[in-house]
Amino acid sequence: MIGAAAIAFVVAIALMLIRALSGPTLYDRVLAVNSIGTKIILLLGVIGFLTGRPDFLDISILYALINFVSTIAILKFFRYRSFQVSLTRRERGGTK
Amino acid sequence: MTAILEFWDIIRPALGSALMLVGAVLAVIGTIGVLRFPDFYSRLHAASVTDTAAATLALVGMALLAPSFAVVFKLAVVWLFLFLTGPTSSHALANAAHTAGLQPLIGRIGKEDGGEG
Repeated sequence: MIGAAAIAFVVAIALMLIRALSGPTLYDRVLAVNSIGTKIILLLGVIGFLTGRPDFLDISILYALINFVSTIAILKFFRYRSFQVSLTRRERGGTK
Repeated sequence: MTAILEFWDIIRPALGSALMLVGAVLAVIGTIGVLRFPDFYSRLHAASVTDTAAATLALVGMALLAPSFAVVFKLAVVWLFLFLTGPTSSHALANAAHTAGLQPLIGRIGKEDGGEG
């Protein structure tokens, strides 16, 4: 039954890849990549329990961190076209 | 008491596997929603099924199968990260799309009851 769960996660990732490749807008693609990341986190845990080595969960934690940071970084880059802009608000009327 | 513990030891792997399978099926359902919904914002709603229900069910199933408490702790850490970062990234996505001027399919909410009628 664990193998069926792993196969279902692989099918979900493959279907979401269609949306990532054919998304009409940029945000559909970012949403698909973020969702693929979440499914890969779960798939890594399932594979760890399938092979009897739950140490895969360390990789899963690492992937969760990188997934979130990459989503925010992609959104920031396509909003400001640069990684150099500070996201915090200026103290008093900066020059845009 | 020991009878209850024996019954729990028997039923625990089956329950864990079933919860993992239900979570994986929910992930497939959320993906089908993302493929079929017509609009970016409704696709975001469909994708949140994966972030909440599928992740929680699959991680609880893994926790039922876990051999030690260290593994359960790691699963709790993964769940906490998904619980904190999933809504944050969804909000960032919706905010970025709304700021960039992406319109919902039905038009802006509140436009028809606004001034222009």
